Amino acid sequence: MLVGKPPDIPSSEITPKSAYQQYVNRRHFLRGAAAVGAVALGGDRLGGILAPRTRVLASTKLNTVSSPLTTTGEQLTSLEDITHYNNFYEFGVNKDDPAKNAGALPTRPWSVKIEGKVAKPQTFDIDALLKLRPLEDRIYRMRCVEAWSMVIPWVGYSFSELIKQCQPLASAKYVQFLSYYNWHVEPWGSSETSISWPYSEGLRMDEAMNPLTLLTFGLYGDTLPNQDGAPVRIVVPWKYGFKSAKSIVKMKFVDKQPDTTWNLQAPNEYGFYSNVNPNVDHPRWSQKYERRIGLPFYEQRRATLMFNGYGDFVASMYAGMNLKKDF
Amino acid sequence: MKRSTLILVKTLTWLACLAPLAWLIWGAVTNNLGADQIHTITFATGRTTLRLLLIALAITPVRRLVPQLSWLIKFRRLLGLFAFFYASLHLMTWVALYTGFDPHAMAADIVKRRYITAGMTAWLLLLPLAATSTNWSIRKLGGKNWNRLHRLVYFAAVAGVIHYWWQVKSGVLTPIGVTVILAVLLAARPVLTWRQRRKGHAAVVRPLVPSP
Repeated sequence: MLVGKPPDIPSSEITPKSAYQQYVNRRHFLRGAAAVGAVALGGDRLGGILAPRTRVLASTKLNTVSSPLTTTGEQLTSLEDITHYNNFYEFGVNKDDPAKNAGALPTRPWSVKIEGKVAKPQTFDIDALLKLRPLEDRIYRMRCVEAWSMVIPWVGYSFSELIKQCQPLASAKYVQFLSYYNWHVEPWGSSETSISWPYSEGLRMDEAMNPLTLLTFGLYGDTLPNQDGAPVRIVVPWKYGFKSAKSIVKMKFVDKQPDTTWNLQAPNEYGFYSNVNPNVDHPRWSQKYERRIGLPFYEQRRATLMFNGYGDFVASMYAGMNLKKDF
Repeated sequence: MKRSTLILVKTLTWLACLAPLAWLIWGAVTNNLGADQIHTITFATGRTTLRLLLIALAITPVRRLVPQLSWLIKFRRLLGLFAFFYASLHLMTWVALYTGFDPHAMAADIVKRRYITAGMTAWLLLLPLAATSTNWSIRKLGGKNWNRLHRLVYFAAVAGVIHYWWQVKSGVLTPIGVTVILAVLLAARPVLTWRQRRKGHAAVVRPLVPSP
């Protein structure tokens, strides 16, 4: 069973944080020792490579409750890797760029505008969103379309709770998410890519209402680090990572399938649905296997699961669809 | 060049050629290969292969431009074999860590993914060169045939650079450096021959094949 019964205590209190702290200390010790050696050898560049990476620590502890929808039996990816191995092209195209550059993202004050085909269009302040429902600890696998994966302890509540507040009309068939974009804060988005911003993603209404779809405010029990999509993002664990839009400022309920960033960029490589599917290869690589981040190279490789292992919760939504055509 | 100097320079070349592997092993032991270790290993071995191939390909034009550096020929085989060594490590990364030794997955990759087709081609072109790198092979084949066979290295290097271009995301320009260098090194050969002919004076005998 991939998703088990709720643990008795919140997952953030079990071990990961302390285990992670030890892990970091060991790593930092090794890096420190290595740096001393490198300096002794006169290798400035080597020392630079080995020095501890920058940390983003402007986080606040969140009060959380446990959730029956958390994934059990997986080793968590370390906070270090979750915060230093990111795709967030507005802040640069290299994996370590967002950790360096996302500090400038102004996460307070922040509001999320909800518009389109809803009975109650409204703008929520981030603090109001945080208080709307109890925040739950939810561990999910995260599978990137680039064939790597992580296991991340998110904090949030089902997106359906927010949807209910807005009372979508019968004509609302899809919801579109738009991310924050400001050229002055994120110059890398236009200097390093040809993508037209802001980042846009979308879900069909039943996908958006699925209880697994998480309106996410934190990870490892704290508020989201900027590079992971602060202050609020969506997490859709059975789809490739790019479907989970970060730093959301607007949600639009619409009657037609919305234009989404990567689908516009390369429609043959990134479909609108982009459900994790080991049987549909990316044109340039196989999706049958994935590399688990943070493990030694001889333990990284593992089989990719249909719907990233969440088929029991989501497969019925796609009954009758040809997932090779609608990939 | 004095024998002792040669031994010293050869030792240093060996150490320099082994350094990227030592860096990877040390990184693996100390858990310092980054978040995606397989990617780090693949990239490091591939990059080292291309660098060594380019250095080996630079020896002939440099010798022709600067006759005083003719002794560089004594290092070409070493560099070429190390290039093959890293190409083989790179290939094994794919075989072991990406396909998991699955022959069906390998066959599918080679047929379906053109960057893997190009990479596999480059390695297969290097294989006979490594196999005929001994003095015995040179004598057996004869200098002329041996030289002719070893022109495959040009095609191997081109296939390697194409492999790099086809592997990166569209719009990413990182392979531009090795591409320009390879183009210069390949163009240098006919240009130098033409210049030599025009000067008309008898070429100094500079054997391309290292003396046994």
